[in-house]
Amino acid sequence: MSFVFYILAAITLAGGLAAVLLKNMVHCALAVSIAFAGLAFLFLGLDAQFAGFAQILVYVGAVAILVVFAILLTRSSDTPKDGGVFSRTWLAGLVVAAAVFAVIGWAVLSSVGGLPHEAAVPTVTVLQIGQALMGPYVLPLEIVALLLTVATIGAVIVAIHEKEDAK
Amino acid sequence: MLGEGILKGLAETARNFVGSYVSKERLTTVEYPEQRIAPIEATRDFPFLVYDGKDWDAGLRCVACQICEKECPPKCIFIEKSKDKKPDAVGKQQFYPARFDIDISVCMSCQICVEVCPFDAIKMNTEFELSTTDRFGGLLLDRQQLAKSNEYYHEIHPTEASGVDARLAAERAAAEAKAKAAAEAAAAKAAAAAASSAAKPAGGEA
Amino acid sequence: MVEKLDQIFVLLSHWLVGFLPAGLQQAAGIVIGVVVIVCLYPALFALAVLMERKGLGRMQNRYGPNRVGPYGILQPIADGIKSLTKEDIVPLSADSAVHFLAPIVVVVASFMGFAVLPMGRNMVLVDMDAGLLFYFAMGASTELAVFMAGWSSRNKYSLLGAMRAVAQMISYEVPLLLSSVAVVMITGSLSLTKIVSAQNAYTGIFPHWYIFTPWGFAGFLMYAISTTAETNRSPFDLPEGESEIVAGYHTEYSGFKFALFFLGEYVAMFSISGLGTTLFLGGWSAPFSFLTWIPSWIWFFSKLMLSICVFIWLRGTLPRLRQDQLMNFAWKFVLPLSLINLLVAALWRFLGEGWQRWVFCSAILLIAYVFMGLQEARSDHFGPRSYRYAE
Ligand code: SF4
Ligand code: SF4
Repeated sequence: MSFVFYILAAITLAGGLAAVLLKNMVHCALAVSIAFAGLAFLFLGLDAQFAGFAQILVYVGAVAILVVFAILLTRSSDTPKDGGVFSRTWLAGLVVAAAVFAVIGWAVLSSVGGLPHEAAVPTVTVLQIGQALMGPYVLPLEIVALLLTVATIGAVIVAIHEKEDAK
Repeated sequence: MLGEGILKGLAETARNFVGSYVSKERLTTVEYPEQRIAPIEATRDFPFLVYDGKDWDAGLRCVACQICEKECPPKCIFIEKSKDKKPDAVGKQQFYPARFDIDISVCMSCQICVEVCPFDAIKMNTEFELSTTDRFGGLLLDRQQLAKSNEYYHEIHPTEASGVDARLAAERAAAEAKAKAAAEAAAAKAAAAAASSAAKPAGGEA
Repeated sequence: MVEKLDQIFVLLSHWLVGFLPAGLQQAAGIVIGVVVIVCLYPALFALAVLMERKGLGRMQNRYGPNRVGPYGILQPIADGIKSLTKEDIVPLSADSAVHFLAPIVVVVASFMGFAVLPMGRNMVLVDMDAGLLFYFAMGASTELAVFMAGWSSRNKYSLLGAMRAVAQMISYEVPLLLSSVAVVMITGSLSLTKIVSAQNAYTGIFPHWYIFTPWGFAGFLMYAISTTAETNRSPFDLPEGESEIVAGYHTEYSGFKFALFFLGEYVAMFSISGLGTTLFLGGWSAPFSFLTWIPSWIWFFSKLMLSICVFIWLRGTLPRLRQDQLMNFAWKFVLPLSLINLLVAALWRFLGEGWQRWVFCSAILLIAYVFMGLQEARSDHFGPRSYRYAE
């Protein structure tokens, strides 16, 4: 188990690092999808089938494609001429990344104490997830749904606006 | 109703599918190498050179004027004009192509060479089984490979060939008539000159 | 005897595995399953290509291939040898690593789907609780592979083809998922084996296949349309529209790599037909209760091949769509209808047994279909295209 975990972790980290360090933007996008896939397999290793497959479906299937489209439609996918992959504002980026990491790390560490150590692996079936979503978590679910609907309508409005502009 | 057309189309293809097994008339294709359809008269693919008479080398109508070489859009004709002249089919002294190559891997079958030739020397062929194992040399046809008799031309494009023959015959007749007239005029002149010269000494004598 | 024949492959595999020490048995069972799948589907691929060429020929009143072997049945072998011996050309400016990986990813991702398809009673490689989700997750990864192929070739036709393919696959994935969700709602499970066993029941002699319910029928139609688009089959074969963009994303692939793309396309077709069979056509269950003595795997594979025949038939009939028609069709017709179908499936669930739900659900779907069909017919996007920038 832990052996598989280390391999997957290494793949995920390598993918993430490659995504940051590679020069060609499309290579970066492909590398980040490797990181997504590695993460999905980590979920599977934790017996979280639903989360793992949803990760592949949404991140590898849709988000990676979205990233790729964004790259191809906005700027040249070629290697930058000046050679550097570090932007001029790398210090600010570093600070933001460190802050995000600190928040997540704090959240994870402070929640570990609340969990029973060495608990038996809970078998969460898809049915249970569905019932949880429709039961106790129905309000967050609806809020997210509303958010997404608003985003979709916004996208449609942007598209329609462009069309009228052109006429 | 949406989807009606799709159903109709599906029915049509299904009818074709079953029908092609039931009735042989539906099948529009033939089993090619064994069975052949005679090419229709207007077929054309690559040019060939027409010759008159029996000997292809002597009878080539082409006089190496190089008009076709200049006009060919993809420049796939290569001609080397001869240094000397030799008699053509009717015995007139003409230049002839020492080399005449057409690269049929480049030729686009546009027929422009045929249209510009003033001597009806180049025509379009219907031969299509031209594949070779050598894609460079094998597709560069030389003078001998290009030469085809006038009879062959009649065989593949009968109407067109008769027209060309009639035109050529008319031209030849006109040329002959002209030559005859010229010869007669020359003869008359010669006769007149002879008469006058005959008269002069006679007169001188007189 | 009948039982034995039905389970023959399961028993064979057990017998083979029995020779190994107990610790290895489970892994060996999976390996055998994988090997069988990896051998079986390429064989079916050869058969399907032959059927396609013959069938299309007959639909166009031609003979089709009839030279290699009696009635041309050895044609696939000749094709295979040809593609194996052809030169493998990688364009000079191509991104060679990605160019090399793309066909492999396509084939692997297409094969993955078979892992969860029940191909007969007890004949499923891994019986996953979230089988359907696994299937769609694997299907989604082919999109990235197609993009990799198109982008790495450094060819404008390849890139255009890849963009078309990706846009099309993403658009049609939504109705594909939604039409399957209806089945999940009724069955109450994402496990494909459970979905099949839910349909493996009979009223009189008739089976409880989902296609014989109003929502199932509509769902099946939506599913069929989406799968045709998802596998880039005619009339949705714009990504390889040879009259416009040579061969789309695999323009720059030759020899065996091209054959891999070809294989991937057909394997995807098989697996998505298999999924359709599982979801709507009762999987391996027999069409009449008195036919249950015929082995379950025969039923599964006959349904699969029947779906392939329908794919071929459609290809022989319909002309290719235009890009804007394709997108409009996905977002303005198939998607709303599958959403309505989802609602109808929920109604079906809560209306309880009885004739009312048949009338009610059919009526809703029929009205929606007619209304939207009229809307479609009246709208101008099926007429000549108007250009926004290129006038
Ligand atoms: S084929 Fe005709 S145009 Fe060409 S060189 Fe000979 S005579 Fe001139
Ligand atoms: S047919 Fe056209 S391309 Fe061919 S040799 Fe004649 S002029 Fe050239």
